Amino acid sequence: MDNSASPLIEIESLYQIFGSSPESVLPKVKQGMSKSEVLAETGHTVGLRDINLSIRRGEIFVIMGLSGSGKSTLIRHFNRLIDPTAGKIKVEGDDILTHSAKDLIQFRRHKMSMVFQHFGLMPHHCVLDNVGYGLSIKGEKREVWAEKAKEWLETVGLEGYEDQYPSQLSGGQQQRVGLARALCTDAEILLMDEAFSALDPLIRYDMQSQLIELQKKLQKTIVFITHDLDEALRLGDRIAVLKDGEMVQVGTPEDIILNPVDDYVRDFAKDVNRAKALKVSHIMSSKEQQVRDCESVDDLHDTLSTSKAVIWTKAGMLQGVVTARSIEACQNGSTDSPIEHTLSVNEGDYLQKVLPLALSSSNSILPVLNEENQITGCLTHLELANALSPKELEA
Amino acid sequence: MSDHSWLTEFPDMSRRELLGIRKALDGTYRDFSRAYGDQIEAFFDPLLSFLIWFENLLLHTPWWLILGFISALVYFLSRSWKLSLGVTVSLLAIGYFGMWEDTMRTLSIITVCTFLSIAIGVPIGILMARSNRAQSLITPLLDIMQTMPAFVYLIPVVMLLGIGKIPGLIAVIIYAIPPVIRLTNLGIRLVPQETLEAATAYGATPTQRLFGVQLPLAMPTIMAGINQTIMMALAMVVIASMIGVKGLGQPVLKSITNQYFTLGLLNGLAIVALAIMFDRVSQSYAKRAQRHLGDNQNG
Repeated sequence: MDNSASPLIEIESLYQIFGSSPESVLPKVKQGMSKSEVLAETGHTVGLRDINLSIRRGEIFVIMGLSGSGKSTLIRHFNRLIDPTAGKIKVEGDDILTHSAKDLIQFRRHKMSMVFQHFGLMPHHCVLDNVGYGLSIKGEKREVWAEKAKEWLETVGLEGYEDQYPSQLSGGQQQRVGLARALCTDAEILLMDEAFSALDPLIRYDMQSQLIELQKKLQKTIVFITHDLDEALRLGDRIAVLKDGEMVQVGTPEDIILNPVDDYVRDFAKDVNRAKALKVSHIMSSKEQQVRDCESVDDLHDTLSTSKAVIWTKAGMLQGVVTARSIEACQNGSTDSPIEHTLSVNEGDYLQKVLPLALSSSNSILPVLNEENQITGCLTHLELANALSPKELEA
Repeated sequence: MSDHSWLTEFPDMSRRELLGIRKALDGTYRDFSRAYGDQIEAFFDPLLSFLIWFENLLLHTPWWLILGFISALVYFLSRSWKLSLGVTVSLLAIGYFGMWEDTMRTLSIITVCTFLSIAIGVPIGILMARSNRAQSLITPLLDIMQTMPAFVYLIPVVMLLGIGKIPGLIAVIIYAIPPVIRLTNLGIRLVPQETLEAATAYGATPTQRLFGVQLPLAMPTIMAGINQTIMMALAMVVIASMIGVKGLGQPVLKSITNQYFTLGLLNGLAIVALAIMFDRVSQSYAKRAQRHLGDNQNG
């Protein structure tokens, strides 16, 4: 994964205009004429306007928007199911728009696979043939692909269903077949067009978990389309918000929630369960002012006079949180230890998980640890409260 | 303009002008058929010899062999004892009433017409499904073929090729081919967009899409078209007999001119029996081939 920083897919100033002669309308759209003006004046629909994206190898990139925002149109450009009116689509630096029909077929066979909202399975093929479809049209022998297809069916939890037809399966099972079919070709890039939107909430959650598990192992580059922000936040390494064919904001999940660029994104983020979407690392404050490394509690006295509580470490190891009150209590003899508490939270935890702990720690601070048990920051009640109910929401 | 007769009578062209047009067109067509008639006939010769060979095959094979073969074929296609038995009984009755030879002749021409209609119609339907322009050009043609009285297009065919099997065959195909074309077009256009997109997204070539996805998924609709085509071909049997196609149509024609009610009825019933045979067998075959699409859903 040494080249994970270089983008795998780049989209540059992509325009899509629907109508009888899109090229003639393009200059007007480029000049900034609005969607409704273009429609009124020329009868053309602006599908996508000036889309710029770069997607890194191995990330789950979520494109989110309401219906009609152009997200399904956009994802169909990645494998040229739709050709743009203008713009560039580069995969590993190659502009795929310059591919000949023959090259394009090879590109689709080897580089990308796709999962569809309504599954897009072949109703006249059994499950096994559906999963092996991508390999069979490459001309691979049945013995070869049937073996692989069986393995993938097992991976998605559908062993024993090989000879069934798609119509005999439930929606969730059909989409597992769709996922197995996409994985079976070993393509590096996985396009998922509202893949879980047609499933009921519980099955959808299961499928998301399965995708997350698979992604840990496979490290594919996944472009995921959804209209559901909870889904986007759960799956996405980065999220792009699309509105009326325009890219409104691209950022990490916490960016979208904590720094929405406009009311549209803010509206989207409004109903999200923040405790479930934000991690401690997103909201913690830096450790410098609060952590003191020293041999003995007595050395903390100076600092305690200026700050209510400090995190005491000894040779880098966390000892606990010390406050002026706790030291006083110890000196009075009412407690044995000068340490207020030894609680801590992990930076990767969701707020939901740390909430009870944080509330139980009276009015002080919580040290935040990373996976190697090193202190990376601290969490206060104020930060927690601000993150869970930001001011603009109260208005 | 003192003459206002155009208000009460349609201002049509004079008889002489009309006659001129008719003469010119008829003359041109007659010249064309004199010049090229032989070549066109020669073009159809292989088809004619095949038709004659097939008819002779049905006529000269012992009746019980044909009966056995047809019953077996019906069972093979439909996997239904009842249907197979029904076909056997109707064929026995047809033979008993002395219509075996005519029925075999009709069977042969209908079979050939059906296969030719499929061979010509399905590719045309595919073309229409692929191109909206082709569709908008061919659709009115099909409308004309289906509504133009058969006698009208019999005239040029007979002028060109005389009377006989080939003109009869052409007339039957012109009348019977539209359903298979229309429904092939429709069937392919009704293939779910996402399924086709999936095939494309996984790198299927246009040929793989056509034979792997579009045609198989359009098959129920195409089969309905073929079924209609067979029915319409059978309906043309009597009209085709007017230009010399032997078979069950000729006795019917004879009964009309001589008012032989019973003869007409018996031969008419034989045509009906053939029609039902073709219909039930093709339908149950189609249903069997498409079982995966419906029946046993549990989701």
